[in-house]
Amino acid sequence: MNNAAAPTVPILQAENLSKSFSGQRILKGVSVGLGRGEIKILIGPSGGGKSTLLQCLNCLVLPDEGSISLSGQVIDLHDKKNLYQLRQQVGMIFQDFNLFDHLNALDNITIALRKVRKISRSQAQERAMLELEQVGLGNKAELYPAQLSGGQKQRVAIARALAMDPQVLLLDEPTSALDPELIGEVIAVIRTLAGKGMTMLMATHQISLISNLADEILFMEAGVIVEQGEPAQLLCPGCGSKSVGFCERLSEIADGDGTC
Amino acid sequence: MLTLSPFYHDLLSALNQGLLMSVALIVPSACGGVLIGIVAGTIRAFGQPWMRKIGDFYAALFRGTPLVVQLFILYFGLPNLGIYLSPYSAAVIGFILCSAAYQSEYIRGALLSIKKGQYLGAQALGFSTRQTLQSIIVPQAIRRALHGCGNEIIYLIKYSSLAYIVTCMELTGEGKTIATEYFRFTEVFAVIAVYYLILVSLAMLALKKIEKLLYIPGFGRN
Repeated sequence: MNNAAAPTVPILQAENLSKSFSGQRILKGVSVGLGRGEIKILIGPSGGGKSTLLQCLNCLVLPDEGSISLSGQVIDLHDKKNLYQLRQQVGMIFQDFNLFDHLNALDNITIALRKVRKISRSQAQERAMLELEQVGLGNKAELYPAQLSGGQKQRVAIARALAMDPQVLLLDEPTSALDPELIGEVIAVIRTLAGKGMTMLMATHQISLISNLADEILFMEAGVIVEQGEPAQLLCPGCGSKSVGFCERLSEIADGDGTC
Repeated sequence: MLTLSPFYHDLLSALNQGLLMSVALIVPSACGGVLIGIVAGTIRAFGQPWMRKIGDFYAALFRGTPLVVQLFILYFGLPNLGIYLSPYSAAVIGFILCSAAYQSEYIRGALLSIKKGQYLGAQALGFSTRQTLQSIIVPQAIRRALHGCGNEIIYLIKYSSLAYIVTCMELTGEGKTIATEYFRFTEVFAVIAVYYLILVSLAMLALKKIEKLLYIPGFGRN
């Protein structure tokens, strides 16, 4: 749990983001801000624009309209250098990991440090080992993605993102592609991160993460944030919010995996 | 001491000399073909639209016309433009251009087969487009293209025999001279076939070695 007081200048602030794909508006003017140490959780039905929002936030998808600022500085979305810098500050965890298939766990981490941060090979390896140990994979450094389980892959992906010292971590359904018995190990890593005060915006259907970790819940539907508030507000039984209905359905599916 | 009949003596000494020329043709052609093929294939997959068009035109031209015609134009046609190539250079240039056109297709296919997630993963870490291609996409694509590229090199070894028609005397050319001299075509070409078979077998061994060297779990064999 994280109880950081909201600071005056958010680390990451997006205003009025809009995005269309082939004429269909996926994001309709979404604004979201993250203060240092805050954890916000995106929920809502599939196709509601959660992934697109996250990808817009570090410009993997360029928004059609709107602005993004990092620590108060507006990012020039048309300047590539600016984008590369933004992405170094804003880490991203994907549903399907996206580890580099031709590199072992260690080199998946060192390559970004060496190529992007221009750190020497030996220093990069030292740092990478440290991050791997943090996620409990110090003994898997030499293994390639094809030799790792889904949960291990996701933990390597998290270690890789953290090695870049990001100010914010965006997580796009980090446990959705995992077998049920592997979800726990990834959740444990995310909880540890939360405990250390990492600023995070996470899309998830994992009920135990939603109620326990969120400082704020954003319910997104049809490209708009329709509800926003603290879990205690949105998830109190019988308050009639969309969020509580959604979470109740998730709990039924998860079969008592947690309570909303 | 084994003594050979004059025919076999002449044949083997001619073929051995031809073999040297063949190797001198094949090695630079194979290397040049792969290198230019990688560049052309990358341009055809990711270049600006106008660059892609040029790349596609190049591949269509050299895959679409017979190698013999290409060699004739290089050796007999270019002098009309004041460009004189030695038989050896004409053959090597012809082989490189032809081989690279095929290689570019293997490379392009391999590049396009890399999943979008690999780009996203790199971009999300702050890689530039060039860094993404260089450090992530190309190393993976090379492993996917390896078998096709090896196939093309094996082809090249055999179509290097066409060099003799632009008077570059390699294995086939030397053999043909002996065959005409002694009028013993069957034996001569049978022996030539064995020479090529050995060359190709050596190439296959080398390719296996490279495959092993580049092996990574998840690529190719399990």
